[in-house]
Amino acid sequence: MSRKNVYEAAATAEYPLFIPFIMAGDPDAETTIELALAMEEAGAHILELGIPYSDPLADGPALQRSALRALKQGMNLRAAMNLVPAMRQRGLSIPVIIFTYYNPVLQMGETAFLDYAKEVEADGVLIPDLPFEESEKVNAHAKERGLVNISLVAPTSSTRIKKIAERAEGFLYCVSSLGVTGTRESFPPEAFTFIETVKQNSAVPVAVGFGISKKEHVKGLAESCDGVIVGSAIMRQVEERLESLTDSKDREKALTEIKTFVSSLISS
Amino acid sequence: MISAYPDKNGRFGTFGGQFVPETLMYALEELEQSFQEAWNDRDFMDEYTHTLAEYAGRPTPLTFAERMTEKLGGAKIYLKREDLLHTGAHKLNNAVGQALLAKRMGKTKIVAETGAGQHGVAAATVCARLGLECKVFMGEEDMRRQALNVFRMELLGAEVVPAVSGSKTLKDATNEAIRYWVANVEDTFYLIGSVVGPHPYPRIVRDFQRVIGDETKRQFQEKEATLPDAAVACVGGGSNAMGMFYPLLEDDVKLYGAEAAGKGLATDKHAATITKGTKGVIHGSLTYLIQDEHGQITEPYSISAGLDYPGIGPEHAYLSESGRVDYEGVTDQEALAALSVLTRTEGILPAIESAHALHLAFEKAKTMKKSESIVICLSGRGDKDVNSIKEAMEKESGE
Repeated sequence: MSRKNVYEAAATAEYPLFIPFIMAGDPDAETTIELALAMEEAGAHILELGIPYSDPLADGPALQRSALRALKQGMNLRAAMNLVPAMRQRGLSIPVIIFTYYNPVLQMGETAFLDYAKEVEADGVLIPDLPFEESEKVNAHAKERGLVNISLVAPTSSTRIKKIAERAEGFLYCVSSLGVTGTRESFPPEAFTFIETVKQNSAVPVAVGFGISKKEHVKGLAESCDGVIVGSAIMRQVEERLESLTDSKDREKALTEIKTFVSSLISS
Repeated sequence: MISAYPDKNGRFGTFGGQFVPETLMYALEELEQSFQEAWNDRDFMDEYTHTLAEYAGRPTPLTFAERMTEKLGGAKIYLKREDLLHTGAHKLNNAVGQALLAKRMGKTKIVAETGAGQHGVAAATVCARLGLECKVFMGEEDMRRQALNVFRMELLGAEVVPAVSGSKTLKDATNEAIRYWVANVEDTFYLIGSVVGPHPYPRIVRDFQRVIGDETKRQFQEKEATLPDAAVACVGGGSNAMGMFYPLLEDDVKLYGAEAAGKGLATDKHAATITKGTKGVIHGSLTYLIQDEHGQITEPYSISAGLDYPGIGPEHAYLSESGRVDYEGVTDQEALAALSVLTRTEGILPAIESAHALHLAFEKAKTMKKSESIVICLSGRGDKDVNSIKEAMEKESGE
């Protein structure tokens, strides 16, 4: 079966290009596979598979707790990447981006990591603590392997927006507002000016993330960007259902509830 | 030249760099530029020097430890007395420099991290002096262990915020301080406490601490009309050591860093980052750190809260790799013994951190000639440690 790559998936999606983030191993590996499938059924175009890390600098409390639960399960970079073929086998067809902090990548080795990403048929990587200045090698090595390395821009990027946007691949991850990941009530007016600037400079679709948890957020961004990335809000849904998700009797119901929540976020 | 680093990419050899979220990159660029301007601005440097002299108590003495020298029978022992600096440790040199820089940049709010509370107290102190708002993140576990320092910071008008993530110690307090900075980067200055973090912090902290080594050179020259044969400092993040070592890097002086070997290098209870760690990224910098095979950062251990950090300044990583500085582990027990000996022989109660350097220096001094000299950076005073020293000694005599 031929699958779309990140470029095709991002370019062909109608608003909102929807990119959910799920944490590998929270609450366990089997649930992560099920959640991935649920996300595609709910309308996801691209999946971000998060790797739990001991020191997630860019993350707020919800994803910190999520990572801790996953680490307690013994989840790690390689084990998480091994979930991708399992997801594919069960029918996942959307592109998968491996979302990981840089240190686990360094321990595996940059090229070994990208080789393995290719081997498990992931489609791209996103390393939130590897900024433009430090990412030249990863970009080149990813490209050689037909993978994309997703770039981020932030409201403070200022004069940096142009150079980052120009080199962006697949889609450009636009950080909605200052701060770590997690729910925000609303976005300040300057967020929209900033997103507009990003959009003008970007040759690839622009997806906004950080703090998107409500249908109104998604609607409110429709005129400004091409898509949304939702992570904390989904993992908070998971957190509320830890027991039922790990119980074979109740799992189906819990998954359906999460799927319903996600569908309602993006439905017009 | 080994002292020419960091390079334009913020690297010390392969170490250092800027591994932080994009949100902080502009702030780091701005910081680098502002620091560069301030460092070359005579008025700024005068204010820094003046504050250190009038307020902090510089220069600190270089004390010849005569009885200690006789006791060991080797090289002459000199102590650089950072314990006599205001607030009781070298931390204030850097806090003064960065707070003045913050003010110059028009930032009115300071955020800092602290482990045992020494840097937190230094930051709160200088903020009180300059009229800046101060928020200090401290691990919940450390707040419990160092309740008195929490109270000291609050007396000084700082807000102490418990870091409840991860293991609730210095590593997590640093994560929380960085996260807070990410959210408030427009009006807040991050006053980091050691030669760690993303570029340009390791350089800024080193440059504000080099006064230790510059003074030592001058004072030693006055006393002995030459340079010492060796210098020793303890290394956690490594700011007092970088301050002592940096002005000596190009000289013919042997340099030794004492790492915390905790309960022993053969156990997993240590903070010996260079001796036992592997390369990785922590708090925005590529350096040596204590981690598992999957790149998850693990908790270090040391009796000394100031050395209890899983990473180390990237410049130390470079100085170790290049062979310029020798880093060796010193156990809790060895440090405690050195602390006792110095206290009884010289009437100076050192911080338990500094006692690690003392042990290593005593060992080296024994093997050196009487005509030679060794300088130890006595980075802080031990009053803060009296309780934990008592506990440890009682435990030891009970065993």
